[in-house]
Amino acid sequence: MTDKVLMKGNEAIAEAAIQAGCRFYFGYPITPQTEIAAYMAKRMPKISGTFLQAESEIAAINMVYGVASAGKRVMTSSSSPGISLKSEGISYIAGCDLPALIVNVQRGGPGLGGIQPSQSDYFQATRGGGHGDYHVIALAPASVQEMADLTFKGFDLADIYRTPVMILADGTMGQMMEPVKMKDYTPPDINKDWAVTGTKMMREHNIINSLCLDPESLEISNFKRYEKYKTICEKEAMCEEYLTNDADIVIAAFGIAARVSKNAVNEARANGLKVGMIRPITLWPFPKDAFERAAEKAKAFISVELSMGQMIEDVSLAVRCRKPVYLCNRAGGMIPSPEQVLAKINEIANMSNSK
Amino acid sequence: MSFMKEQKRITLFAGHYGSGKTSIAVNFALYLKRKGSQVVIADLDIVNPYFRTKDSANLLEKEKIELISSRFANSNVDLPAMPQETYGIFDRKDKYAVLDIGGDDRGALALGRYVPYIREENNYNMLFVASCYRPLTRNAREAYEVLREIEGACSLKFTGIVNNSNIGRDTASDDILASRDFIRELCELSKLPLHFTCADIRLCPLPGYENEDVLPLVIDERYYDIKEKKEN
Repeated sequence: MTDKVLMKGNEAIAEAAIQAGCRFYFGYPITPQTEIAAYMAKRMPKISGTFLQAESEIAAINMVYGVASAGKRVMTSSSSPGISLKSEGISYIAGCDLPALIVNVQRGGPGLGGIQPSQSDYFQATRGGGHGDYHVIALAPASVQEMADLTFKGFDLADIYRTPVMILADGTMGQMMEPVKMKDYTPPDINKDWAVTGTKMMREHNIINSLCLDPESLEISNFKRYEKYKTICEKEAMCEEYLTNDADIVIAAFGIAARVSKNAVNEARANGLKVGMIRPITLWPFPKDAFERAAEKAKAFISVELSMGQMIEDVSLAVRCRKPVYLCNRAGGMIPSPEQVLAKINEIANMSNSK
Repeated sequence: MSFMKEQKRITLFAGHYGSGKTSIAVNFALYLKRKGSQVVIADLDIVNPYFRTKDSANLLEKEKIELISSRFANSNVDLPAMPQETYGIFDRKDKYAVLDIGGDDRGALALGRYVPYIREENNYNMLFVASCYRPLTRNAREAYEVLREIEGACSLKFTGIVNNSNIGRDTASDDILASRDFIRELCELSKLPLHFTCADIRLCPLPGYENEDVLPLVIDERYYDIKEKKEN
């Protein structure tokens, strides 16, 4: 008998979070991520955990802020409009250097938008999202298995670097069902001596606070945080490189767009075109090195996105505008088809041939 | 398949969220139709706005199977509304009806308003779709718990079990064979008979099930399924 189970992406995140030791979930329902909350509602009471449907997204993220201050693994999840509401709280959590996991199962926008899949919160996720100088580590799964794996990884990164981590999925990733094998997991041994847990009159009290009215001190805390970000950029960038070694055309795509693109790459290869793909797994930090390496050989890049073109800016920056970067996209809840990507590949291949 | 012998006019498929009810309902309707019956299929799933019977609308239309579905299904309006035509199912007794019920007790709540009509006619099978590869129904006791929750929510009793144990496209026939104990125990706990076992049509005829009822499932390929890399 197989040791795999058939899970929705949303369920995989919820189950992985529980197995990663998360016992606190606060959220507010929104399609297409509601299964995360529904799963937590069923499971948490059975394992002495806390599931709480807050009165709003803003309340939920501040409950996350509270539990994170106490040093416990904690998460929330939402979809695009809900993440905008949570952004103030995420900025506070980043400003206090607290670990927390935030899941965004994106839907089409802007505004209330629709309920179909989208990747148009890329800017929001990779630039911080709320106010002030900060980043969240943004992880982009491309399978239900990765929804689980990156949830474990996300909690670890959050604890190691004392930073909020975001899983940036989309409606398809949340809703699709695939077999999953949960990994044997042991959490890293991390000393959380900063946590507000009660001094029992045995030590100085800890303070968790993002308010700092003295600009010199606030500048120092910003500098310190960016030292940490430098380490994260050096050590934690992740991507999958697919047939890039000899590629003339390199596709950049993450999440569902990468799955669609992979089929197009295979089709193009079958037609004799040298096409490859770089799939960023961390969107922040962006895997710049892989793009820089590919730019030495490649003639052009194509950014395939479910947005009006957001990651394309990071691709252009990573290749330092030395090579042209084209956009192949759908928006508003629509998904590019493998045929659309293949047509773009052919168009660009013909362009460089005629030069 | 012999389960046609005890075929009732109305067949309801209910079960755990994501157990495969919609795929089975569509394939079962096609099966009835190909046997020569008039068939109407109704999508009573108001829980999941993503994967719904309406996804198969073209196929159903081609096969001349009437589809009753919320006019908000597959629209961007996430509205839990049921069309009034649903009541017609209980008047037109010349047609077989297949009802696709939403997942878990929450999904089954919506069935409640039709239960008086179903009871009055008393010519139905309500089948519990079970899979031991779903995370919250890994064993028979958990599945039985869901079964009872659904009965409580819609106030209609199940009459049988459908085995749909699978792990999607990667399912091997051994995986289905390995679900036998799970199903046997679930039948014992619920005192309900197994009506049939489902299998991807690519696994049929299903080894080890030569003398049992198997419903072959034709499952739509999805655009995000990664195709095997072609060799030159």
